[in-house]
Amino acid sequence: MKQVEGLVRSALSEIADSQELRALDEIRVRYLGKKGEVTALLKTLGGMPPEERKSFGQAVNAARDQLGEAISARKAALESAAMEQKLLSEQLDVTLPGRGDRPGGLHPVTMAMDRAIRIFGQLGFDVATGPEVEDDFYNFEALNFPPHHPARAMHDTFYFGDGRLLRTHTSPVQIRAMKAGDPPFRLIAPGKVYRSDSDQTHTPMFHQIEGLLVGENVTMADLKGVLHEFVNGFFERSLGLRFRPSYFPFTEPSAEMDIAWEREGKSEDSWLEILGCGMVHPNVLRACDVDPERYTGYAWGMGVERLAMLRYGVTDLRQLFENDLQFLRQFH
Amino acid sequence: MKFSYNWLKRWVDIDMDAHALADRLTAAGLEVDEVAPTGGAFTGVVTAVVRDCQPHPDADKLAVCTVDAGDGEPLQIVCGAPNARAGLVAPLAKIGARLGEDFKVGKARLRGVESSGMLCSAKELGLSDDHSGLLELPEGVEPGQDFRAFLGLDDHEITVDLTPNRADCLSIRGIARDVAASCSADFIDHEVAAVAPTIDDTLPIRLDSPGDCPRYVGRIVRGIDPQARTPLWMKEALRRSGIRSISAVVDITNYVLLELGQPMHAFDLGKIDSEILVRPGIKGEKLVLLDDQEIELDDSVLAICDANGPVALGGIMGGLDSSVTDETTDILFEAAWFKPATIMGKARDFGLHTDASHRFERGVDTAYQQRAVERATALLLEIAGGQPGPVMVAESAEHIPANGPVRVRLERINKVLGTQIDATQVEDILTRLGMTVTAVEGGWEAVAPSARFDIEIEEDLIEEVARIYGYDNIPEAKPSGVLSVGTASSHAVPLSRLQATLCAAGYQEVINYSFVEPGLLQTLGMEEGALPLANPLSADMAVMRTSLLPGLLTSLARNTRRQQPRVRLFETGVTFHQGDTLVEVERIAGVVCGSAHPEQWSAERREVDFFDLKGDVERMLALAGHERRVRFKASKKAWTHPGISAEVLVESGAGEASVGWCAALHPGVLKALEIRQVVVAFELDLKALTSREVPYAKTYSRFPSIRRDLALEVPVEVSYQAVHDCVTEVSGALLKNLVIFDVYEGQNLTSGYKSLAIGLILQHVSSTLTDEAVDALVGQTVAELEQRLGARLRG
Repeated sequence: MKQVEGLVRSALSEIADSQELRALDEIRVRYLGKKGEVTALLKTLGGMPPEERKSFGQAVNAARDQLGEAISARKAALESAAMEQKLLSEQLDVTLPGRGDRPGGLHPVTMAMDRAIRIFGQLGFDVATGPEVEDDFYNFEALNFPPHHPARAMHDTFYFGDGRLLRTHTSPVQIRAMKAGDPPFRLIAPGKVYRSDSDQTHTPMFHQIEGLLVGENVTMADLKGVLHEFVNGFFERSLGLRFRPSYFPFTEPSAEMDIAWEREGKSEDSWLEILGCGMVHPNVLRACDVDPERYTGYAWGMGVERLAMLRYGVTDLRQLFENDLQFLRQFH
Repeated sequence: MKFSYNWLKRWVDIDMDAHALADRLTAAGLEVDEVAPTGGAFTGVVTAVVRDCQPHPDADKLAVCTVDAGDGEPLQIVCGAPNARAGLVAPLAKIGARLGEDFKVGKARLRGVESSGMLCSAKELGLSDDHSGLLELPEGVEPGQDFRAFLGLDDHEITVDLTPNRADCLSIRGIARDVAASCSADFIDHEVAAVAPTIDDTLPIRLDSPGDCPRYVGRIVRGIDPQARTPLWMKEALRRSGIRSISAVVDITNYVLLELGQPMHAFDLGKIDSEILVRPGIKGEKLVLLDDQEIELDDSVLAICDANGPVALGGIMGGLDSSVTDETTDILFEAAWFKPATIMGKARDFGLHTDASHRFERGVDTAYQQRAVERATALLLEIAGGQPGPVMVAESAEHIPANGPVRVRLERINKVLGTQIDATQVEDILTRLGMTVTAVEGGWEAVAPSARFDIEIEEDLIEEVARIYGYDNIPEAKPSGVLSVGTASSHAVPLSRLQATLCAAGYQEVINYSFVEPGLLQTLGMEEGALPLANPLSADMAVMRTSLLPGLLTSLARNTRRQQPRVRLFETGVTFHQGDTLVEVERIAGVVCGSAHPEQWSAERREVDFFDLKGDVERMLALAGHERRVRFKASKKAWTHPGISAEVLVESGAGEASVGWCAALHPGVLKALEIRQVVVAFELDLKALTSREVPYAKTYSRFPSIRRDLALEVPVEVSYQAVHDCVTEVSGALLKNLVIFDVYEGQNLTSGYKSLAIGLILQHVSSTLTDEAVDALVGQTVAELEQRLGARLRG
C-alpha cells in the first residue's frame, strides 16, 4: 500500500509541476498508459493473496481515478492559460475606424415628400400619378380656366409649341383620376411641376402634392380639419392655422392656408403661406362626370420645397437644386 | 392695387387702425401685401411764405430769403433752389426739425450768412423724386401750419394683391363696398352730379364691333388752360396710390380710374378728324402708342379710329399723335366698356400691361361710363376751366351684360361649408355686398352689383357668404370617413428599398432639373428624341432630358470641382422621349467616381471600377427577384467606354428586354465635361425594379451538398456568361450554386486562352449524392464545355 501512496504522491507532484500539455501527456502515459506504472500495479493483482487483493485493487483504482482527475484539471488549467496568453497577444486598437462606406442620404425634398405621403397615407389617401407633359385640356381647361383668362397669367407656363406644355401644377392628376373612376375619391398626387420663373424664391421646377377628396357630405370644415391634422403631424407640434379667401378657377370657395411660424429675432409668429385649397368647383366635377349636386369635395396643392425648408431649416431655396454634397450630406 | 387709406375713408365709414384694416382685408380675400405710412418721416416742417429774396453776397447760386413762418418774427433762410422767389409758398423745416432718421436741421452759416432753417423740395420730404426746386404750395396758404396736417400726411398706403376674379376692387369705390360688408360699416356711395353742357360740340361715334365694345361715352371740352397744374391734393392722392403725376388732364383721368374703376382716355380734340369709330384692327395698320412703340394691328384687337385711321388701341393704350400735350386746349374724353374676352391677353401680345388693360380684361363696372365722364368733367372744370359739350353716348344695349338672379339655398351653404349659418346672416351678408336679394323657397335669389363679374352660380354666392362670414369661423372637423385598405401590393418593391440599397452603398440622392442644355445631350450622343421647349428660360434649360445622366454628370462635375474626391450620386425621375408619341419613362440612375472605398488605414486604395458598380446594380435587381433572369450583355453606347459597357437584359415572356445599362463612361465624353476621373454609371427603368413575383416557399433539401472545383482554360473571347449558361444547362436541377473564384489571363497559359476557376455546388432534393453520380455529372459538364466552348481542364 505504501508503494501506491508513494506513487500517487510523486505523480501528483509531477502533474502539478508540468508546464505544458505535452509534458502533461507524457506524465499521463507514464502512470496511466498501457505500460504505465499504475497499470503495472494492477497487473500484479493476480499474484496476490485473495485477502490482500481486494483492498490493494481498490487502492490502485482509487489512485488511477485520482491521477486521471488531476491530469484533466491540470490540462484545463494549462489550456486556459495558453488561451489567455494567446488572447493577450491579439489586442487591437479598437479606436481605429471601421471599414466601408458611410451611408449616403435622401434629398430633403424626397424626405419631406415621403413624410407627407406617409401622413396622408395614414389618413387613407392613396397615391396617384400623371404625366409631366400635359396638354391644355388637363392643365387648364378641365380645371375651369377659360382661354386667355388672367388666371392663366398666374401660371408662367412652359410650352412645346404644339399645344403641349409642362404641367404647372399637379391638379391635372385630379382630372385624370376622376375621369378614370367613380366617386368617392381620396387621393394625393405628388410630383414635379414647372413654371417659367427663376429667382431667389422661385425655381423653374419644383414639387407639389395635390390632394383630392370627393364624396357625399364633404365640407370645407372637413378640409380645414384634415389639413390641420397634416400640418401638426408633419411638424410634430400644434401650429396655428389661418385660411384666407383666395381664387383658383378649379375650387370654390378657394383658400390659401398660412401657418403661424416663428421667425428669428421676432417675438411674434408670422404667417407663412404653405398651400392653396378649396372646395372642388362644380364645373370641374361636371367635366369629370361627377354629379355636383350629390357629391362635394375638397382639393389642395402644396409646395414640397417650402415644407422641406421649414422642416429641415433650409433658408435658400436654390440650394435644393445645386446638389452640392456639402449641403446634401446633412440629410440622411 | 395700391391706395391711400384716407381716400378710402371718404367712401366707407370706418376709423380703425390701418393694420387692423389690413387684417380684415386679408381675411376677406383682398390680400394685403404692404401697409406703409405715407410721406417721409419728418417733423418740425411748416408752411411758409417767402416775403423777400435777395442774391447772396458771396455765392452766385444761393439766395438769402426772408421767410414768414407764421410766428411773427421773419426768418433769414439761405437757399439754393432755382425757384426761390418772393411770394413763393413752400414747406420750411425749422430749427430742430428732423428730415429722415439722421438729419436734424440746425442753425447754419452758408458762405458767411446765417440761415435759420431750410426750405424743402419734395424729395427732401420723401414725397417724390423731384429735386428740381422747392415744393411749391398754392398761393394764399396760411403760413405756419404744420405741414403734415396740411397735406393730410398721417395716412397709410395699402397695397392689396387682388385675385383675377376681384376686378371690382380695382377702385377705391369697390374696395370701400367690400370693406363695408366685411367690417359692417356704412358704404358712402358718392353720387356723381351731371355737369351741364355750355357748348353744343359733339362728334359722331360709331360702334362697328358692338359685341366687343358695346358702349363708348365721349365728351368734348373746349378752351381749357393748357398750363393748368394738378392740385397738390390730387397729386398726393395719386402718389399714395402709386401713380406718377403727368399733367392735369392725364392726372384727372387717372384719378377717376382709381376712384371709380373706369379707365379713361383724353384725346387732343385738334388731332381727331371728324369722328370716332370703334372697329377691329385691319392687318397691316400701324399705330404709335403713348410709350413710343410702333405696333402693327390685326383683327384680333380693337382699334379706336378717327376718319384717318387708328388713334388708340382699344382698352389698352392711347396713340401718341392724338395725346394731350401742354398746348392742348380742346379735348375729347373717352370712357368705354370693352368685353373682357376681347381684351384678355391682348396687351401681353404687345408686351404691354396697362392699368386700363388690367381692368378691362377682368371686367369693368358696366354702369360707370357716363358717371366717369361727368366726374372727370367736373374735376377738369375745377382745375383747368373750359366749356363742356354734351355727353355723347354710343351704345348697343343688348351687348352689355347684366347680372341676372342667382339662386342660393341655405341648406346647400351649410352643406358645402360645414357650418350652421342662419338665414338672417346670409341675407345680411349678401345685402351688404350690394346685392339685390329676394327670398325664395329654401333660399334667395341675388342679383350682384354691376361691378361684379364673378357671381354666376350658387357656389359663387356660397363663397361670398363664407368670405364675409369669415373662414376662421368655419369649424374644423376631425378627419373621418369610411376606412379602406390601401393599394400597396405585395408585387411592389417600394422605391424606398432601392433608395436604401444605394444609400447603404454611400450614394447621395440629388434632384436635377428635367430640362437640360441641348449641347450636353449632343456631347453624350443622347439627343435623339429630345423634346425642345418653345419658351425655355435659358439656353442651358432648353430641351427635356432623355436620360438622367446629363444632370447627374453636371452635379458630379460641380462636386469634383469643389474638391470632393469621391462622389456617388443617384437620382430618380422621368425622362422624355419623343417618337411618334411622347413616352415618359421613370428611371433610376447613378454616377460614381473616386476610390472604390473610403480612404482607410487598412484598405488598399483602388479606383472604383465597372464591377463595383455592377454589384450595386445587381443588388437592386435582386430586390426584384431578378438575379436568375438578368443578363449583362457587352454593348457599347455613344457615351460609354466601348470595352466596358453592358446592356442589362431581363427575361420577359418569350425573350429578353433591355431595362437599362451599366458602364464606364467614355473618356472623350468626360474630357469634354472637364471631368478628370474615371466615372462609372448606370441607368435603369424603375418599372423593372419595382415589381416582382410574390415570394412563394419551395421544398428545400436536407441532404448534404457536394462541391467540385474546376480549373478551365477557355478561349479569351468566350464570356463567363457562356460558361455559366453551359454549366447551368448541363447540371440541371442538381446545381444549387455556381461560383467563379478566379480569373487569370497571362503567362503559363496556352496562347489565346484564359483561365477560369469555378466551383459547382451540387445537391439533391431527396437523397445524398454519391460520388459516382457527381463524377458523371461533372464529367458530362466538362465534355459539353469542351465541345461547345473549346474549353479544357487545366492539368
